[in-house]
Amino acid sequence: MQSILLIGLNHKTAPVEIRECLAFSGEEASGAAAALKEKDSIDEVVLFSTCNRVEVLLTSSDPGRAAVEVKTFLAHFKQVPGERFEKALYVHQGEAAVRHVFRVAASLDSLVLGEPQILGQMKASYAAAVDLKSTGVVLNRLLHRAFFTAKQVRSETGIGDHAVSISYAAIELGRKIFGELSGKKVLLVGAGEMAELAIEHLIRNRSGELLVANRTFERGMSLAQRFRGKAIRFEEIPEALAQVDIIISSTGSPDFVIVPSHVKSVMRSRRNRPLFFIDIAVPRDIDPAINRISNVYVYDIDDLKGVVDDNIQDRKREAVKAERLVDEAVIKFRQWMENQAVVPTIVALRKKIEDIVDSEFGKTMPNLGTLSDSQQAAMARMKAALINKVLHYPTIFLKNGGCRPDKTASVGTIRKLFHLDEDV
Amino acid sequence: MHILQLITIFLYLLSTAGYVGYLFFQQNSWEKAGCGLLLTGFLCHTAFIIGGSLTTGLYPGRNMYQTLILAGWAFSGVFLFVRFKFNLRVLGVYAAPFAAVVMMMASRVPTDVFADSRFFKSFWVFFHVLAMFLGNAAFALACGVGILYLIQEKTIKSKTQGFFFKRLPSLELLDSVGYRCIVSGFVFLTIGLAAGFVYAKIAWGRFWSWDPKEVWAAVVWLFYAALLHERLTVGWRGRRAAIMSIIGFAVVLFTFLGVNLFLKGHHGDFTRW
Repeated sequence: MQSILLIGLNHKTAPVEIRECLAFSGEEASGAAAALKEKDSIDEVVLFSTCNRVEVLLTSSDPGRAAVEVKTFLAHFKQVPGERFEKALYVHQGEAAVRHVFRVAASLDSLVLGEPQILGQMKASYAAAVDLKSTGVVLNRLLHRAFFTAKQVRSETGIGDHAVSISYAAIELGRKIFGELSGKKVLLVGAGEMAELAIEHLIRNRSGELLVANRTFERGMSLAQRFRGKAIRFEEIPEALAQVDIIISSTGSPDFVIVPSHVKSVMRSRRNRPLFFIDIAVPRDIDPAINRISNVYVYDIDDLKGVVDDNIQDRKREAVKAERLVDEAVIKFRQWMENQAVVPTIVALRKKIEDIVDSEFGKTMPNLGTLSDSQQAAMARMKAALINKVLHYPTIFLKNGGCRPDKTASVGTIRKLFHLDEDV
Repeated sequence: MHILQLITIFLYLLSTAGYVGYLFFQQNSWEKAGCGLLLTGFLCHTAFIIGGSLTTGLYPGRNMYQTLILAGWAFSGVFLFVRFKFNLRVLGVYAAPFAAVVMMMASRVPTDVFADSRFFKSFWVFFHVLAMFLGNAAFALACGVGILYLIQEKTIKSKTQGFFFKRLPSLELLDSVGYRCIVSGFVFLTIGLAAGFVYAKIAWGRFWSWDPKEVWAAVVWLFYAALLHERLTVGWRGRRAAIMSIIGFAVVLFTFLGVNLFLKGHHGDFTRW
């Protein structure tokens, strides 16, 4: 009997020092999968490697030996002593392995719950395995089901909804205010890593002209050049408020840089078009009283963190639904696996009975002398009837699993009873 | 109650259930069901009105009953237009129950008291009534959009993204749909008033007779004219525009119902009950 086996480590079991030692680049992964495929104990194999996990998924008729071989192979291939990562490794077999694969694909096992990249990474690894022809019936089916379930989880639950990073949360808010961000003018006040990240997101959303205001004009100019924007002087900020739509502020200033009077005076010339302030600075740059002005919205770093925390909680709630979908998929896959086991057993059983009947007929027939055609036909009919009658009830027993939920047990019984596995 | 009216109410109620389901579960299938049911209800509603007019040979709008039926019809029609034009799906949560309530109100008023039927043979009257109701329906939708705007604005301002944040569209979309509703409502209202003046001249020999309904219609017209003027000149948009569209609709409602119930005048006949 073939068994599904998964051996690996991830961000929960291994610190980054170990993960980076074992991570495979794309080419390395193909080479490693090809080498693993050559092992006697391994039938089908796929290797997944991302920055958060390294996992080998395989099928084997001797899972114990396969697990040891994979461990020694990893140590050898990556030149890392086995004992360094031994403890971080998890080994899942059978249904546990299936569940693990489904959960990983559905991003339930990710560092950021519901992040969408993992599915693409798994698909790429699988495509590489298909190129190598290292997968067969079982893993093909398993991975297709995993991808299907992952899509189902994404569309039927809210696990991927809503930003779980500060800069994405800001973008999402912008979309709820402006509808589209394309063409919206942005003013960057001061500079900081997080502000730059937000700017990059905005540019990806095709935002309009970018203005950069910095205390030191020179630094502002170099920033503006990087993002193809225009530098303005710090004193020009109040006037710039009349033209821009989104303001991202992250100066080191101890006092508010923009106060309500600045905003009130421009709202009329803006004809009340909305203004969105994103204040990433600590201490804050934007007076929170500005939020009270009509059509003006101010979010500071804590507000954005609050949004992100809420969204993470939402995702956790949605994950419960996702686990249920995974459960269903695991059960369906188990049924498929069992049927896979049933069909070859039926075939083997028929072959076994046919062989017995044929060999006994072969021994007896010569002693009967020459038979007429009609006598030979009658003997052949008897042979067929004998085989069918003997097989009738065992076949039914296999097909309905002996009225028990787990078909593998009845398959095992039949295989032992009729001695179908010669080597056992 | 006429069987078509019953079916219409039933479909509008089912559509309401579909939209409420959409609001909670956020699955497009719920919205599709709600929209499909509303569309079917609207067709049924149309058949009901046309059938009624064909049997009597008169344009609809002769008593409170027919007036409400016509108002509900105009409202469903205008909502469906907005739904497909702007893809503002969540508005169905407001529109479907609104249409259902109007139709149910119609089923509670007597159907057998009528205004003088001679008015309802003139095309001008029909044109006047139709334009007025389409205009009022557009204002009713603007009010619904305004309510959605205020809810969404509050979730963003208060920084608590609760139930509504992800369920409601962007402020920009709500603001622009509300604005367009008011512009089209205003156009219909103007056409309706003009048609009314023409018919008043034909029927009573004068354009204007200080009838309370006429006065209030003029108030409504001036109100929305001021609202549009302020938007175009100083940019009355967002929160203030939303509040104004809600107040405006309250004035419309009073003009539509209140004037006929509390004040007298020649329009009173058309909403007898």
